Amino acid sequence: MSENEINSKRFTKTSLVLKKEFNEKLAKGIFFSMTLAMIVPLLLIVSFLIYKAWPSLSFSFIFDMPKNGMKEGGIWPAFLGTLYLVIISLIIAAPVGVMAAIYLNEYAKDNWLTRTINLAVINLAGVPSIVHALFGLGAFVLFAGMGTSVIAASLTLAVMTLPVIIASTKEALSAVPMTFRQASWNMGVSRWQTIQRIVLPNSISGILTGIILQVSRAAGETAPIMFTGAVVFVPIAGDEVLAYGLMDKCMALAMHLYTISTQIPNVPESLQFAIAVALLGVVLLVNALSIGLRVYLRTHRKW
Amino acid sequence: MSAENPYAITTKNLDLWYGEFQALEKVSLNIKDGIITGLIGPSGCGKTTFLRCLNRVNERYGNVRTEGTINLLGKNIYDPDVSLIELRKSVGMVFQRPNPLPISVYDNIVFGLRVHSPRSELKRSILDDAVEQSLREVMLWDDLKDNLKEKATDLQLEQQQKLCIARLLPLKPEIILMDEPCSALDVGATTAVEELMLTLAGKYTIVIVTHNMAQARRISHECIFMLLGEIVEHDRTEKIFLNPTNQKTSDYIEGRYG
Repeated sequence: MSENEINSKRFTKTSLVLKKEFNEKLAKGIFFSMTLAMIVPLLLIVSFLIYKAWPSLSFSFIFDMPKNGMKEGGIWPAFLGTLYLVIISLIIAAPVGVMAAIYLNEYAKDNWLTRTINLAVINLAGVPSIVHALFGLGAFVLFAGMGTSVIAASLTLAVMTLPVIIASTKEALSAVPMTFRQASWNMGVSRWQTIQRIVLPNSISGILTGIILQVSRAAGETAPIMFTGAVVFVPIAGDEVLAYGLMDKCMALAMHLYTISTQIPNVPESLQFAIAVALLGVVLLVNALSIGLRVYLRTHRKW
Repeated sequence: MSAENPYAITTKNLDLWYGEFQALEKVSLNIKDGIITGLIGPSGCGKTTFLRCLNRVNERYGNVRTEGTINLLGKNIYDPDVSLIELRKSVGMVFQRPNPLPISVYDNIVFGLRVHSPRSELKRSILDDAVEQSLREVMLWDDLKDNLKEKATDLQLEQQQKLCIARLLPLKPEIILMDEPCSALDVGATTAVEELMLTLAGKYTIVIVTHNMAQARRISHECIFMLLGEIVEHDRTEKIFLNPTNQKTSDYIEGRYG
């Protein structure tokens, strides 16, 4: 080859480069198709549910009592029960979890005790919900004498969600740059004042996200509440928002869906799907509210 | 500058350990009131550690043990009755990377005042005055007086660093510690911050850690050369740079190591 030919070949594609380019395209294609593989089933599930539920869906479906041995009518007691359980469990778990996370992230020294606690929190977050259910049954229903009740079920759900709230809150807190804290400490500002004025305002949206994800979990779990508070049927007054007392048994959507689908014969198919849609709706509703709250807090940092 | 006590900072036999590692060894120093003192030395020689001792913020970084005494303005800061809050109000710190808080310029400057003053003293006019005075002192007032509501983290780096100095001033500090305050800044900004430091000297005692030998030479009145946690030489800056006593100092200044 003459020098000219060699020079004209400079910087052109070799077979090795062609292979790399092919691999590059292949990798990108695979990752993209996995993203599709995640979204498509979600859309399919939701549209299938709504399609199947359509005959039973109506505004009154949510606010009516079940009728005719739960084969007809609405889901009001279960809907209300789920709201109760979710809200009460969050009222218990969120403050405890957030404050514990603040202690662990902002105050605790890095020693074996802290590390043990952190490890315990992570492990607790992985405990199956049926185990939490048995714990709730033993601790709240039997030992504390609450019986099967709204409060026992809420406490069980709170225990279940607590470790995850702690873990996600810690994550949000540690995402606040250390330099903010340094700046504050070096002006003689105490730790608590720094947390109040700097750390929390800058992590609140992350903290809320973590809490909100637990809403879906608390609303969707059946196991922890079926031993501790939720029952098959509770007749309540249809127009009463405060229908359940803390010591009452209650219905819940997840439990109701399970009962209707497996325990009662000859239930119209659309009713089961309608309950599933309602459950999905509750979760989406709470998520939407929380996203709104996050956006609000992000734009109005002052608090 | 009081005649009977020309020293703002006096340390005696200061030892400091991070766990088992001894970072400062028998540091005894007299740092004069109202001048700029430069701390120079290769990385890891304990300059920043020493600086952080002076407002005891070291203790926030865990597993630190100190022995010896540090006298600031005639008071041993390791005395049991010393309040860390009051100490850190008087001894402010400026960092390597400008670290304004993610709030407005105005709120940054009054942050310390708001935290440390009783509610009755937080009148709007007092805060406004403090903001104007502090910004004037760091020569930012003309640039920023119309943008006080701007987010401080959106400013240019030079303005951010000056703001970090300005926000210490409403607390009426006596000593300002600077940990390589210009290493993240470009040439123009460095010059501006250095000029600012020279105007602040006299009113405040400034201790500055720097890796930049030329900077130490330009702005400090006295220099301390540290090596492996020990003080090698402490003298007037010209003396250190032109005629150092210790061979290690002259080797470092000539750039033979470090």
